[in-house]
Amino acid sequence: MLEQRERGSRLDQAATDFASAVRLWPLWMRLGWNDILHRYRRSTLGPFWSTASMAVTVMALSLVYSQILGLPVRKFMPYVCAGLIVWNFISAVMTDAGSLFSGSESYIKQIRLPYTLYVCRFMFGKVMLLIHELPILIVVLLYFSTWPGAVVLCVIPGFALLVVNGLLVSLTIGMISARFRDVPRMIASLLQVLFLITPIIWMPGLLGPRQFVAGYNPFFHLIEIVRAPLLGTPPTQQTIWVSLAITAANALAAVMLFVRFRARIAYWI
Amino acid sequence: MNVDANGNALISLEQVKVSFPVYQGGSRSLKKRVLFHGSAGRIGRDASDQMVVEALQDVSFALKVGERLALIGSNGAGKTTLLRAIAGIYEPTQGLVITRGRVSPMFDISVGIDADLSGFDNIRLRALLLGLSAAEIEQRLPEIVEFTELGDYLEMPLRTYSAGMMLRLSFAVATCFAPEILLMDEWILSGDAHFMSKAETRIRNFVDRASVMVLASHNLDLCRRWCSLGIWLERGNIRAFGPIDSVVQQYQAYVAAVDAR
Repeated sequence: MLEQRERGSRLDQAATDFASAVRLWPLWMRLGWNDILHRYRRSTLGPFWSTASMAVTVMALSLVYSQILGLPVRKFMPYVCAGLIVWNFISAVMTDAGSLFSGSESYIKQIRLPYTLYVCRFMFGKVMLLIHELPILIVVLLYFSTWPGAVVLCVIPGFALLVVNGLLVSLTIGMISARFRDVPRMIASLLQVLFLITPIIWMPGLLGPRQFVAGYNPFFHLIEIVRAPLLGTPPTQQTIWVSLAITAANALAAVMLFVRFRARIAYWI
Repeated sequence: MNVDANGNALISLEQVKVSFPVYQGGSRSLKKRVLFHGSAGRIGRDASDQMVVEALQDVSFALKVGERLALIGSNGAGKTTLLRAIAGIYEPTQGLVITRGRVSPMFDISVGIDADLSGFDNIRLRALLLGLSAAEIEQRLPEIVEFTELGDYLEMPLRTYSAGMMLRLSFAVATCFAPEILLMDEWILSGDAHFMSKAETRIRNFVDRASVMVLASHNLDLCRRWCSLGIWLERGNIRAFGPIDSVVQQYQAYVAAVDAR
């Protein structure tokens, strides 16, 4: 909670908001964890339900599509598995960010907490769910004995970048959706198309001379920056630069929106 | 009402105005908005035509240490909005709200309540929400437990609690650290007689030790007993501000006159 309030500049207030949210990490970790428990309460598998459903999806898609595309399963299944786990994370962030603020109405209207605290709570939950899906990838990699080697360490900065983007995008989407209630539905339909046109269950090499379809797709690079090291190759220079550019653009949008409209969020919900 | 001159004011409001935009139908839709602007060719025009509810207008007052303020007025007069403005939830459209010290808002018993967690876990969660650290919570836990008088019930999930029991739990947590500023809405009235007298003692106790309290209520007897000052709000404006007895009298006279008509 903010101890004392004076009218500072909007930028100061936004920065204070974020700084106090970071300081309150025990609170958002607890709330994020409760969200997960709450969602899977009284089910036997708990959060591992998402692990189970992901495992079935990976099996089914990679077996069918390796046949269709004529690719060896031992190469294709790790690729699909890593790609799907990352995509699942991105898509969950973008879908659920719509209710980030409107779903926390009971908190926002009852107690003053930094708004970015809700963003941290949200992302913490999403990262936890992603961690629950990692065992599938490990099993797949072990089964086909395609261990990635030391390159796998590149996944740490890559994933950190993805999480930063998640924080920024969920803040942006959360704010816009609090004001315009049809935005979450637009995003949901957009994501369906994106899943099909992004190289997740197919490889960019299959595009032949039209590689640019993947190259111009920002989601391809955000997936690739995590997927490539998991599969034993460092991400390309292009992927790294595009990912950094996306992060900068996201940061600009989120910061501008938040600085301008932070105080209005309570009025919107 | 200058805060610098009046250094010991814990709460100070200066010409606070809070207005709510009313979003309905089309203005909630990005699609309609974009299409509308696309055909009209101008962006941001209808934002100023939006319907607005003036919830608070030109509200100014200051509270010093040890003062207990009651907000009275009819439904929709702006009592809850004023409480929320003091709590910093609604940042005023115009004017200034300045508070000094830790604010403990008690507007809704159910906030931060997880029905499937035990009483103990909910105490910890609420205390975290109110800004206590884990160490502070554990240190105060025995006192909180004692105040709730819920005993073994605290091991049970909150699903099994009655509203009165939840109230005991929330009140105990909200007041365990003697907040400088305690804000309360109506629902505090739902406790049983034994609990209410305990609650009153506790509030008196820490209002004596450098705190202020603001209570919004329709129960005028309770306002008289618990508070020293009163504000009568009507349609977002302060109709009267002063010692509780005189404000209650004016309000009652007004209500009687309206009823007589």
